[in-house]
Amino acid sequence: MIQLSAVKKAFNQGRPNEYWALHGIDLAIEAGRVTALRGPSGSGKTTLLTLIGCLARPTSGRVRLRGEDISGLPERFLTEIRRQTFGFIFQQFNLIKGLSALENVILPAFPTGRPRAELVEKAEILFDQLKLGHRAAAKVEWLSGGEQQRVAIARALINDPAVIIADEPTANLDTALAREFMAILEGFTAAGKTVLLTSHDPLVVESSAVHRVVGMRDGRLVDA
Amino acid sequence: MHPWLEKQRHLIDFTLAALARRKAKNIGLLAAYALLVFVLASLALFTQALRKEAGFVLAASPEVIVQRMVAGRHDLIPPGYLDKIGRLRGVQKKEGRLWGYYYDPVVSANYTFMARPAEEVASGSIMLGATLARARGLQLGNLISFRSYAGKLFSFKVAALLSPDSELLAADLVLLSEEDFRAFFDYPAGHYTDIALSVANPQEVRNIAAKLANALPDSRPILREEVLRTYQSIFDWREGIVLTVLAGAILAFALLAWDKASGLSAEEKREIGILKAIGWETGDVIRMKLWEGVLVSLSAFLLGFVAAYIHVFYFGAAIFKPVLQGWAVLYPSFTLVPAVDGLQIATLAFFTIFPYSAAVLVPIWRAATTDPDAVMR
Repeated sequence: MIQLSAVKKAFNQGRPNEYWALHGIDLAIEAGRVTALRGPSGSGKTTLLTLIGCLARPTSGRVRLRGEDISGLPERFLTEIRRQTFGFIFQQFNLIKGLSALENVILPAFPTGRPRAELVEKAEILFDQLKLGHRAAAKVEWLSGGEQQRVAIARALINDPAVIIADEPTANLDTALAREFMAILEGFTAAGKTVLLTSHDPLVVESSAVHRVVGMRDGRLVDA
Repeated sequence: MHPWLEKQRHLIDFTLAALARRKAKNIGLLAAYALLVFVLASLALFTQALRKEAGFVLAASPEVIVQRMVAGRHDLIPPGYLDKIGRLRGVQKKEGRLWGYYYDPVVSANYTFMARPAEEVASGSIMLGATLARARGLQLGNLISFRSYAGKLFSFKVAALLSPDSELLAADLVLLSEEDFRAFFDYPAGHYTDIALSVANPQEVRNIAAKLANALPDSRPILREEVLRTYQSIFDWREGIVLTVLAGAILAFALLAWDKASGLSAEEKREIGILKAIGWETGDVIRMKLWEGVLVSLSAFLLGFVAAYIHVFYFGAAIFKPVLQGWAVLYPSFTLVPAVDGLQIATLAFFTIFPYSAAVLVPIWRAATTDPDAVMR
């Protein structure tokens, strides 16, 4: 599904504060499975996620999606791939305050020009699946942490992406909510979706819902 | 609906929601901006209506007025002068006019006395401008006495009040018979104040003025178009004065609007990052913000313009009237006929909507072109 070969990423390249976050990553991510990136803070997990999720381009190396090299594509094409192929669940959820849960969920579909009624219908189905139907009209800042995360999950699914990318998804959740998230994760694989997440939470990386754990340290892959 | 239109609808929906979320900032901005448009539009509408009004009123005045000059000063037209003009091709009618000014100490105001033919005003009667009648508390049939410059007292009966439609020009006008006029001012027989010429063909007016200047070197022909142009210049000048006086305030408002529009809060920058990360293109973000700029500035323009229209045409431009209409003891009361100059409005709309929308775009473009991975860090 996704292949990375000799991927490197530098920040502030050519400046005195140049920093290499990734030092040549070779990795293949299989379709329909849950892959977890595990490693301490600063190991390059999140940077790797941003490259795979088309949020940034590698400084060198290749990222291939279904065999197509996407590492050198202009931003416009990357955005389109990001919208169609990837759904993001951010660590801080990154919901837009002041808007209702429903409005937040349909936001990623606005650029597609799909009719509003269709988007609302799809969002309501997702809310039902995530047992959040009663909170659809509530403003996101009024929701609990677990509810906010489920809104973020519904938002990640609105464009029906093939790949779900989750950055430290349980970092802001208690144990019960973290287990609830893992149950939702199993639902993703049952629906044939590929999941890529970062975590150093044992509850996540040791879960049976995770098929593969990739270890990272200092911008390199290490044995998990 | 076409996907493109649907997308614009989504962007507008989001923009309206975004505006509603920052109510205090946006209402303040809208109010300041609408006030700016209100001031500029009030000035533009009022002076435009006055110019139009002057045009309407002067439409019926003679095309050429001939004055006689002595030592560079306006002097009386002596007997026989009218005949010297002779027959000029294109002149339909020539008429000697009698008019003068009278200072009334009762209300400390100057009136304009003008003689009319006996069939219009009978001897011993006068017709009055509405403002003057109000100032002196006169009604039809009342008697009024004026002491002439020679010290003699003259009494007149108010035979008619001039139509309020002509109040702008006839505010201080007193019409009386020629016989009464000459007696009141001790005006020498056969003399006139000036001569009015009616010319049918507007193309001929300048030629006739040139011929008059040749035939009567001591005369000064005054063309109606020159009078009109002088009025226009006076209103332009007054508009300019008000604009100059208000320039500081206008600039302050403009700076406030610009500052509010061009500053992005940390929350707004964060939102742009989120939108980009979840699949919005840079163009979508810019379009959304452009809609925001257009909605705010267009609403401010419409709000300011409608308020200015009501202020000028329903409340007589109460705020600017004292400066723009001129200074007088006898202020005419008049209702302006709504006159809107399309080009003037388009210019005002352009200069209010365009700079604001541009001010919104610059910081948004900067924020929208940053990498979307910022939200992950």
